[in-house]
Amino acid sequence: MMGVKDAGEKLSLMARLKKGDEVAYLITFASALSIILVTCLLVEHLWVDSALSRQAFGWKFLATSTWDPVTDVYGALPFIYGTVLTAFLALVWGVPVGIGAAIFLAELAPRRVSNVLTFMIELLAAVPSVIYGLLGIFVMLPILTKYVVPVIQKLFGFLPIFKGEFYGVSYFSASCVLAIMIVPFIVSISREVLLAVPQAQREAMMALGATKWDVTWKSVVPYAQRGMIGSVFLALARALGETMAVTMVIGNVPQIRASLFAPGYTIAAVIANEFTEASGNLYISALIELALVLFAVTMIINALARLLMLGMKSQEGGH
Amino acid sequence: MSKPYPPTYKKVINVVMLTLTGIAALLVVSVLLFILGYLVWNGARSLNLNFFTKLPVPVGEKGGGMANAILGTVKLLTLASAIGVPIGLLGGIYLAEFGKGPFSFAVRYTTDLLNGVPSIVIGIFVYSLIVLPKLHPSLLARLFPSYFGHFSTFAGGVALGIMMIPIALRSTDDFLRAVPNTLREGGLALGASKAQTIVTVIIPAAMHGIVTGIMLDVARVAGETAPLLFTAFGNVFWSHGWNGPTASLPVVIFNYAISPYTDWHRQAWAAGFVLLSGIFLTNIVARLLVSGKGSRSRSYRLRIPMAALDLFSGKRSRVRS
Amino acid sequence: MRTRIDYLRTHCGVAILVRTLMIRRLLLLAAFTVSATVPSFSQQVNLTGAGSTFAYPLYSAWGSEYAKLHPGIQINYQSIGSGGGIRQVSSGTVDFGGTDGPMTDVQLADAQKNLGTDILHFPIALGADVPVYNIPGVKVDLNFTANALAGIYLGKITKWNDPEIAKANPGVNLPANDIIVCHRSDGSGTTFIWVDFLSKISPEWKTKVGVATSVNWPVGVGGKGNEGVAGFVRQTPNSIGYVELIYAVQNKMSYGQVQNAAGKFIKASLNSVTAAAAGAVKNMPNDFRVSITNAPGAGAYPISSFTWMLIPRNPKDKTKAAALKAFLIWGITAGQKECEPLTYAPLAKSVVDKELAALKYLHY
Repeated sequence: MMGVKDAGEKLSLMARLKKGDEVAYLITFASALSIILVTCLLVEHLWVDSALSRQAFGWKFLATSTWDPVTDVYGALPFIYGTVLTAFLALVWGVPVGIGAAIFLAELAPRRVSNVLTFMIELLAAVPSVIYGLLGIFVMLPILTKYVVPVIQKLFGFLPIFKGEFYGVSYFSASCVLAIMIVPFIVSISREVLLAVPQAQREAMMALGATKWDVTWKSVVPYAQRGMIGSVFLALARALGETMAVTMVIGNVPQIRASLFAPGYTIAAVIANEFTEASGNLYISALIELALVLFAVTMIINALARLLMLGMKSQEGGH
Repeated sequence: MSKPYPPTYKKVINVVMLTLTGIAALLVVSVLLFILGYLVWNGARSLNLNFFTKLPVPVGEKGGGMANAILGTVKLLTLASAIGVPIGLLGGIYLAEFGKGPFSFAVRYTTDLLNGVPSIVIGIFVYSLIVLPKLHPSLLARLFPSYFGHFSTFAGGVALGIMMIPIALRSTDDFLRAVPNTLREGGLALGASKAQTIVTVIIPAAMHGIVTGIMLDVARVAGETAPLLFTAFGNVFWSHGWNGPTASLPVVIFNYAISPYTDWHRQAWAAGFVLLSGIFLTNIVARLLVSGKGSRSRSYRLRIPMAALDLFSGKRSRVRS
Repeated sequence: MRTRIDYLRTHCGVAILVRTLMIRRLLLLAAFTVSATVPSFSQQVNLTGAGSTFAYPLYSAWGSEYAKLHPGIQINYQSIGSGGGIRQVSSGTVDFGGTDGPMTDVQLADAQKNLGTDILHFPIALGADVPVYNIPGVKVDLNFTANALAGIYLGKITKWNDPEIAKANPGVNLPANDIIVCHRSDGSGTTFIWVDFLSKISPEWKTKVGVATSVNWPVGVGGKGNEGVAGFVRQTPNSIGYVELIYAVQNKMSYGQVQNAAGKFIKASLNSVTAAAAGAVKNMPNDFRVSITNAPGAGAYPISSFTWMLIPRNPKDKTKAAALKAFLIWGITAGQKECEPLTYAPLAKSVVDKELAALKYLHY
């Protein structure tokens, strides 16, 4: 047969080529390398194009809260504040609901029901951001303005975070939309992680007479907690980078206010609104520096998430 | 006689908390149903033949459609797949079959990194790479000058393609690794080279999963708006070829939604309905192909029946009643 | 007998490539078929423009009309704000720009450096910024003094029944509600016109905020484009915003009368805008960059402006340049009849003549 030689005999170049291993290796290696190259190019572009702004402002960029295109003074603080606040609030609304739903789907629901519901929830993850924005403007904002916010202001209006006029567009609205967007990620990953917990964990506690909730909360969830926290981090990373839905409901005002009902701005939203028209090299450079900040933050959070989930896998594998 | 364990308060907490989790799950599912229902009701009502066949009319006038946006989205996704799928597929093959050691760790980490990059940052990257005319153009720009230096479908396709790479690579990698080693060993034992085994045995075995992954990838990228704002830009007419700006469904939805014209709002709902139907249909078909265990499933269907083999050797087992 | 394994054994490493290339080829073939089914003409010229949302309805109507007269010439105009128009035409990513705030000398110098050629301004029509508002229960046209507008946008006047507004509107029942201010979140010529006017009548505005297409607003919520501001005001009770006249008319929104330099409250209209341009028409500078806000004259609407098309003097693509020049000439002559239905004021004859004379120097 062609290609089968005696052991130890070296194949000629043509024969090796015909066998195809080298070619296949080269082609696939080149593809893998190109991904690294593209990412390096991306980082390089961000770094170089923001050089003007980095030199002009240095680290103060992260602490200044002026954003003034007329006098060419730029500071990232309002946007960092808005991004962190909306993402944090989205987690506050989204994590309890997500983890609760995941527990229900993993522990309580019968398998078939659980599978169908999970299927549907994962479909939610596929809804594009702009459609969430569409629904946000025409459905969520009126509901918030008419029903939710007046109730909150009546009950808790004395707190500084709930003071002030509500125009519809605000940090609060943006965080509500973001919460809906990140819940499917939390649910699907947490459910998988919970399902992977060995039955022995549950049986051990059940044998001691614990209620179902106790079993779940005190035995299963701690076992799976690294994976669940990893899913929360992934959801956070997604929330930080969300652009369209946030732009449509946040109000586009670079300010830092204590009230959640005030309009605000996030990094992604300001880039989307101002990038095509920033004239003046420092202005463009400042926007790209903002992109660099966002990139760095999402990179760190993704890395943390992966670390956590890797830890989860090895912990599980050891059993 | 002591009371039987558990005490009453624990039983109460049990019922309360479990009900709460049920409510949470119900809440999430009802949000989905609401979104779907609202879009169907509002969007389907506004759909008519004009929507699919006519171009937009001047602003303020009624009527017109989004035929150019639909075609634009199709072209963008085609180009994105042409760029993202081969690189992701081949890279995934490298990781699953050839990769070991620090280089493949670097590739995996970089892919995760690229996946986590917000889409708007990728838009900026492609804008400064392809759209911006430069005094000293790159080599590619000199070879193909008509594609560089302005907004174009090409730039939009590249941006979306870059977004497609990580998921295509990840899913190819996952599904190829799920193919049991026994198949690889069998191929080698028959005298085939590694490449031959990959092409004739492993890839066909994982094909369903890979196709699923690609379909989900395309569905995800179909809804991306931010990168297109700076690359494909927009067009009120048909876009000819690949080197002119083009309208696309997500961007048109965005522009129409924030406008004050009621007719545009109506059209935005219709477009949202069309876009979401396409995405949902793709998702449903893709997931059904992989026996409904979710997008991270490791199940697959073999073209070559191998009934007696232990299919899931080396995987974590799910012991569940 | 040659089996498949034999064939692949000899060509295997390439098989992976072929497989993916085949899929890719099929995809590209599908795409080409799809794009080939789109009609195209022998004289196909595609021009891309971007910028002013202020003039967008006009460019939109012109593009549609012109395509009917000259099939195959597509004028694709995207409304991203005047700031965007200036930036994109200065970078060379679009063929022409639209702006209602003329480029500053610094911007012109930057563009010169970038493109290697000048950017020229050509006015195409006249328009007006109007204050639109949405006050539940108030259906009449309100009178706004210049100080009232400045006070509202500085954040000094916070309630609708403030004396500055009330004294100009005797007999109108203004509620004691907070004013929700809306401005532009993007770089805008409409903003430029508005803040240009405010700077002229309010020294405090001039020092505190200044004039540009994008400013550091003391108060208010940002909407994207004229469309975004109009949309916001339409949906938010007790709000006020500034938009180009056509957006207020097309959306049937209430817009107020503004007190001009002569002390009269004037509503924006073809006549009042044309009156505002009268002085500038007599003394039009050669580069056509002029401001007509707060113009003298009893009948002049104080927040009026020209809107300009920005074109590079010596672009690289001469076919496109010739088509663009022809389009511009059509626009300032035959295209002017589209202005009135869209509530823009047409250019005065002397301005058109001056522009045609300047265009003769463009040799393509």
